[in-house]
Amino acid sequence: MTSAMEIYQLLPKTNCKKCDESTCMAFAVALLSRTKQCTECPPLMEEEKYIDSRQKLETILKPLEGAEETGLIIHEELCSGCGNCVVACPVNVANDPYGSGKGFGPTNGKVIFRVENGKVKAANIEECRRFGKDRILCRACIDPCPTEAIEFV
Amino acid sequence: MTEPITWTCTGCALLCEDIQVFIKDNRVEKVEHACLKGKARVYRCKHTAISTVDQDEVDVNTAISQAAKILEKAKNPLLYGWSNSTSEAQVAGIELAQTLGACIDSTSSFCQGITINEIMNGSVPSCTLEDVREKADVVIYWGADPMSSHPRHLSKYSYFPRGELRQRGYEEDRTAICIDITESRTAKICKGMFFSIPPGGDAEFMRALMDGLAGRVPKLSYDFDVKRILELAAVLKKAEFGVIFVGLGLVYSIKEEFDLISEFMSTLNKFSNFFLIPMAGHFNMRGFNHNLHEKTGFIHRVAFTKNGPVPGVEYSVVEQLKHGADAVMVVGSDPLASLPLSITRRLKDIPLILVDPCSNLTSRVADVTIPCGASGIEVGGTAVRLDGRKMDISPLIRGNGLSDEMVVRRIMEEVS
Repeated sequence: MTSAMEIYQLLPKTNCKKCDESTCMAFAVALLSRTKQCTECPPLMEEEKYIDSRQKLETILKPLEGAEETGLIIHEELCSGCGNCVVACPVNVANDPYGSGKGFGPTNGKVIFRVENGKVKAANIEECRRFGKDRILCRACIDPCPTEAIEFV
Repeated sequence: MTEPITWTCTGCALLCEDIQVFIKDNRVEKVEHACLKGKARVYRCKHTAISTVDQDEVDVNTAISQAAKILEKAKNPLLYGWSNSTSEAQVAGIELAQTLGACIDSTSSFCQGITINEIMNGSVPSCTLEDVREKADVVIYWGADPMSSHPRHLSKYSYFPRGELRQRGYEEDRTAICIDITESRTAKICKGMFFSIPPGGDAEFMRALMDGLAGRVPKLSYDFDVKRILELAAVLKKAEFGVIFVGLGLVYSIKEEFDLISEFMSTLNKFSNFFLIPMAGHFNMRGFNHNLHEKTGFIHRVAFTKNGPVPGVEYSVVEQLKHGADAVMVVGSDPLASLPLSITRRLKDIPLILVDPCSNLTSRVADVTIPCGASGIEVGGTAVRLDGRKMDISPLIRGNGLSDEMVVRRIMEEVS
């Protein structure tokens, strides 16, 4: 997955502060967390010598557009619908202990993950442990995925 | 939105009974909780089969009559397939074989039949998948990759779910071990408990593990860290309820000395409490073994002779296709796609009848093809899960054609 350093390498690296960030590295982090857009860097958009960098940056930032508020991205083309994430997710287990918690398909609408037409789908994203002020770096859905179809950015 | 129907999936031998299917106007709109294999099963085949004789389209009655003529004329017919049929169709098939004096065999002949035989004759202990979910604390996938072959295996039964005695599920209460020649998807989940062995090294590894269990220093001809075997032996000894899922990798590797499995299990059970479950592939492969055993006392590779049913390797599908059978009826299988050409080459020279819902590679060379309803989708009945539990299968949608059971019974009426 794209890292802040990878994004930084494609920025002007002049620390001109025109984007209201103190450094280009800070702008790279802001791009990765989707609080800023490429268009907010005037030199990158206006100067001709950065055309190549701009195009590369747009390509590598494209997958982030589909990310949920918590940064969750599901690569449906990789998902085999095994349901490991459905059963492993602690929120699914807490909200549906006798369905998802026991290995069955979810029995109510309060769960985050469910498998539809052979692919995992996410809902109720505000329930995720990575959401909100008290978020933690939970990896319960990423680690059990054998095809690396789930990631957070 | 329409109300969903709870359905038992026939995508693989796990027979997941919690699938929700939304149907509108006799068409599947959406399927929930099923994996990709299950979803593919629900949406059935891309090209449905048509009834043909000598590759020309005919009505189904003509095709059935022609099939009956071929089987009646043959001196040594073979009835093969059956793993994708309901138990009812399998029983009809066994009766047809009896009527014809034919050989009957299923895909279990070159799959898990040998393991199922050991379990059915009581040589090795087995348990149900519910026992695994509620009680198992150590699970071993040996030569098996359920994450690819049975995608919901780990999430529904063997590793991730919280069970009665395993409330903390995979996080603390369960240990998953993978022994395989390649780092499969399942091995990735087992992480530190993946034991990579060379191809054909299973028997030696099993003996080394038995040495480890008995407190001797294991010896191996190939390069493997002996300390890891001793660590594995210690984990197995501590297990309260262990299960070994036997995959085809292990079966093919040790089939010449299969007694080793029962020897290993009895050694293991001196120290611990382990059970064995075969990783059957097709949804009712084990059902055929149970049904044939009930009728004849043997699980596969049976010839019905004047002196009654006789088992033997020479009656297996592989041997019969190579030399022996002078007509073949295939039900719900695609031997040209699943078996090597060296075995199936003769199929173009002998009369071949195919009963299948889909058009496939075998239907392109078959002398007679008879379409039938897809089991579990258009046709209901019963099936046996990979652990031996009998399950009811209800049909999802209305089909236009005959079920495979009805096709077999119609052929039987014409030959007798």
